[in-house]
Amino acid sequence: MASTYKAIATTTVSGTSTVTFSSIPQTYTDIHYVIYTPTAAGVNTNVNFNGDTGSNYSFTQTYAEAGYSTPASFRGTNTTYALSGVSDGNAAIHGHILNYSNTTTYKTLIDRGGGGRYINMDVCLWRSTSAITSITFGPSLSNGTVITLYGIKAA
Amino acid sequence: MGTTFELISAITVGSGGASSIEFTSIPATYTDLCVKLSVRQDASVVRNMVLKLNSSSSNFSRKTLYGTGSAASSTSGSDNVVSIAQGSDSTSNTFSSIEIYIPSYASGDYKSLTIDSVSENNSSTAYQVIDALLWSNSAAITAIALNPDVNSFVQYSTAYLYGVKNV
Repeated sequence: MASTYKAIATTTVSGTSTVTFSSIPQTYTDIHYVIYTPTAAGVNTNVNFNGDTGSNYSFTQTYAEAGYSTPASFRGTNTTYALSGVSDGNAAIHGHILNYSNTTTYKTLIDRGGGGRYINMDVCLWRSTSAITSITFGPSLSNGTVITLYGIKAA
Repeated sequence: MGTTFELISAITVGSGGASSIEFTSIPATYTDLCVKLSVRQDASVVRNMVLKLNSSSSNFSRKTLYGTGSAASSTSGSDNVVSIAQGSDSTSNTFSSIEIYIPSYASGDYKSLTIDSVSENNSSTAYQVIDALLWSNSAAITAIALNPDVNSFVQYSTAYLYGVKNV
């Protein structure tokens, strides 16, 4: 029986602030990623695809901060990255990149998570029809942060 | 080839209802845990749930972001009261859908959890809740228990515990 949900790669951050997963196999339908940082230090999980640092991303984030009863939302347009789960430590963040391997549509990322002080959810758009072959997380990743990619097959 | 996403245990609430849903003796052989629930409780209105890890309600901190269909708000606290389970004022035969994800549950670090919850209701009021929960305890998680903060889960509520391996 074919495996529907499969670990692709995992890495533990050590001595670097940015992590890139490259040569992502094109045999899945969606990507699920999990980011876990066990320390009290912060994690800033901006995301780039295929090394694209041009103004080809937009995102909307809704977040809440401890001590404040009113959530807030903000967005970035024409930015150089997709925003994914900014947090301040002891964070668990997971997201999905839908139809990452198709070459017809723009790519959508949705994620949610939180840490010591914040909770947030994001929707992000990469305005490219290229299949995603690499994903870069960072900057400002903390040592000990674990990032894992999983592939999900629709059939 | 190893299985990445594997069912560890399944619970279906029977005709008498259940005051809690508990997973015990969780093996430490996975990387992460994922709990998927479909629940309803017998109180008259939607209620939160209490989540215990290793039978403990201590050393938790929580941030919650939620919407009601007409407003959004957030709360925080030093507690383990999370999610939502709909009650008898919700449309009949509908259940809340919940996912709990726990990365590195068997590590020697503090445990961070994300909890996504929605209620089902053919009405102008329905809830969407996300919780970020931190258990400041370095013990491996061997048990997970959930109970409505009042009353009991009703028949046909279900819970599935999955282990996720990153290799």
